[in-house]
Amino acid sequence: MSNMRSLSFDAIIIGGGGAGLRAGLELAKSGKNTAVLSKVFPTRSHTVSAQGGITCAIASADPNDDWRWHMYDTVKGSDYIADQDAAEYLCTEGPKAVFELEHMGLPFSRFDNGRIYQRPFGGQSKNFGEGGQAARTCAAADRTGHALLHTLYQNNLKHNTTFLNEWYVVDLVKNANGDVVGCIAMDIETGEVAHIESKATVLATGGAGRIYASTTNALINTGDGVGMALRAGFPMQDMEMWQFHPTGIYGAGTLVTEGCRGEGGYLINKDGERFMERYAPNAKDLASRDVVARSMVMEILEGRGAGEDGDHVFLKLDHLGEEVLGKRLPGIVELSKTFAHVDPAKEPIPVVPTCHYMMGGVPTNIHGQAIMPDAEGNDHIVNGLFAVGEVACVSVHGANRLGGNSLLDLVVFGRSAGMFIDNALNAGIDYLAASQSDVEAAMARINRWNESEEGETVPELKRELQQIMQNDFGVFRKEENMEEGVKKLAELRGRIAKGYLPDKSAVFNTARVEALELDNMMEVAEATAISALNRKESRGAHSRYDFPDRDDVNWLKHSVYFPVEKTLGKRDVNFAPKTVDMFEPKIRTY
Amino acid sequence: MSNLQVSLYRYNPETDSAPHMEEFEVDTQGRDLMVLDVLHMVKEQDNSLAFRRSCREGVCGSDGMNMNGKNGLACITPLSDVVKGGKLVLRPLPGLPVIRDLVIDMGLFYKQYERIQPYLQNSTQPPSIERLQSPEERDKLDGLYECILCACCSTSCPSFWWNPDKFVGPAGLLQSYRFLADSRDTATHERLSELDDPFSVFRCRGIMNCVAVCPKGLNPTRAIGKIRDMLLADAT
Repeated sequence: MSNMRSLSFDAIIIGGGGAGLRAGLELAKSGKNTAVLSKVFPTRSHTVSAQGGITCAIASADPNDDWRWHMYDTVKGSDYIADQDAAEYLCTEGPKAVFELEHMGLPFSRFDNGRIYQRPFGGQSKNFGEGGQAARTCAAADRTGHALLHTLYQNNLKHNTTFLNEWYVVDLVKNANGDVVGCIAMDIETGEVAHIESKATVLATGGAGRIYASTTNALINTGDGVGMALRAGFPMQDMEMWQFHPTGIYGAGTLVTEGCRGEGGYLINKDGERFMERYAPNAKDLASRDVVARSMVMEILEGRGAGEDGDHVFLKLDHLGEEVLGKRLPGIVELSKTFAHVDPAKEPIPVVPTCHYMMGGVPTNIHGQAIMPDAEGNDHIVNGLFAVGEVACVSVHGANRLGGNSLLDLVVFGRSAGMFIDNALNAGIDYLAASQSDVEAAMARINRWNESEEGETVPELKRELQQIMQNDFGVFRKEENMEEGVKKLAELRGRIAKGYLPDKSAVFNTARVEALELDNMMEVAEATAISALNRKESRGAHSRYDFPDRDDVNWLKHSVYFPVEKTLGKRDVNFAPKTVDMFEPKIRTY
Repeated sequence: MSNLQVSLYRYNPETDSAPHMEEFEVDTQGRDLMVLDVLHMVKEQDNSLAFRRSCREGVCGSDGMNMNGKNGLACITPLSDVVKGGKLVLRPLPGLPVIRDLVIDMGLFYKQYERIQPYLQNSTQPPSIERLQSPEERDKLDGLYECILCACCSTSCPSFWWNPDKFVGPAGLLQSYRFLADSRDTATHERLSELDDPFSVFRCRGIMNCVAVCPKGLNPTRAIGKIRDMLLADAT
């Protein structure tokens, strides 16, 4: 251990997706000694897969658009547990963050007047739900995430950000006071493990969709940040809230953007009926994602699903014509030909709700500072720890995220965390250094895998975990299944703790990375399961047979999962935006 | 049983003095899987196999490799596209150093990308909203900005194999032209000056392997032709 290399930075950012790169850029611009650690080369991060766009009231499609309408939609979409101060910040700062991206070179699609193209997306309205469908999602064709991620990477190159690419962070290092003062990380190429010291550690590790058997997420979305925060004893918020995207390609799980429905596509059942007209008479196919996903599952459960097993529905696009498809949705045409063997200009695409997004995560304030609520519901800032993007729960998405709000979340809060850390560093940050035993504590799990001599291997353990989550914590949830699922996960945890890594080599050992990822998936799965079992109501994406209604008396709250005790507490939702009146919880219809 | 013979390039620098091919058998049950699925099945047989992968849908560019002699992305290449005589032969992308198995050292490739200053440069003060760009101006970026940096093109290019340190290569030049073609970029002359030597652009011999292998259907050769035209115009 004594020969372990130490690297020291003002700030480190763990994760090179949209949020991490935006935070890194802010700090690099101000000359701070910043490193972005990413387990993949940054442009391989999952942000690259975002398609439809970035939602923001830049008043391009509609010159009268208003950030307050966007905020209203966001809060309603969240089923009223988004923090309204955070949603307000997202919607007011959004235009600045989007225009900055354009100035950096992001190749947005354009309207004839030269302004950024905006398309309709689900859950969008004008005039606080009274003025009909809005078109608020800024797009670069259907490759907005790719364009955004590459633009941010390019601008980090311009400003000489230090990148530690293909470095895998194993665990956080805490000092004797419980402050986060760095991490342990492995250079995947050489296998070298190093101690990285930092005054500010930003988790930007993205989501964890891979805990489900069927997901739109990249193979790398294994919840690494959630795992390391939970192992360090920090609580998670709203972990029962998982978004199932209505249109994952049946069988393959790959995403088909909501922008398809924004451009005029719609869902049909096996009889060819446009069934969303029954479930959401006004918004129809552009209702919120939780509503559309549930409606699709209802169609399937009631026998109107398509295919031999009646287990999917169709997304119809052929009426849009080849020109619109080629101009606005070229990536979708490509994906459906490759993964569904269907040309959407001629035939509908088979689709099914597929795990897509983790609304929960590390509770933070709008500066990205991690918050540790205590059992009495009081907030405490965790010194040295920040979280941005999908791993964070600010919370702007509450119980259901609106399409296009995730990319905005990345850049708005990546930027704000960067600005906050920059100021904090200017003012001076001084925490107690980690001791030898603090560092060794963070080495525990990699040492365990390295010393394993027999046991079950990672692929089989992983498959079992994914199957439990898929069966027991899906779109609709049942008490008995969830109880069973929690038990199965507890048992699986014991087996993973004795899991076996056959390959002990050093150089580019991806089996070791996958073993370390499995530990994190286990943490995310258990936090999800225990939170889901204990939120005894239905709200947003969390839908229970035994508690079918929203319960504002008891559950107009964030849930908070405490990893040491494995219990669920509650935390107040913020209803105090600074410049507008709060949006009162109402019955949510589309 | 419908067994597929998979012949894999193996090299572990800790134990092997030289690379070698290793044979595996995978039961595909007659399905037309993607090559990446087959790799995952092989990795369950031998977890020491190393390859990169992330999005598994052809947009992140991690899993470029040489499949039965042709570069492409494993995740969007169905077996029916590449398998010949019941055999799949997988090798790392050619021309760059191998770190382990199918994982190559992409350092030189990224260096050439960085060299062309792959970011928008505009010397004027930005407006308080976005810079305006007409749909026609924006159309000029189609076929350029979609590059995923998978390196399939540059590692199929004999000129890049020969001079990876001096020839920018198809991927870097495609991105160079992406900024030259952007109505919002004002550094045209500076960009061209940086490329005005016998190697950076002019080592392209129009072989067009890059066009043949690009998994996104992009055309670096055409972009290189446009840069040549601009270099000539800039010189006169």
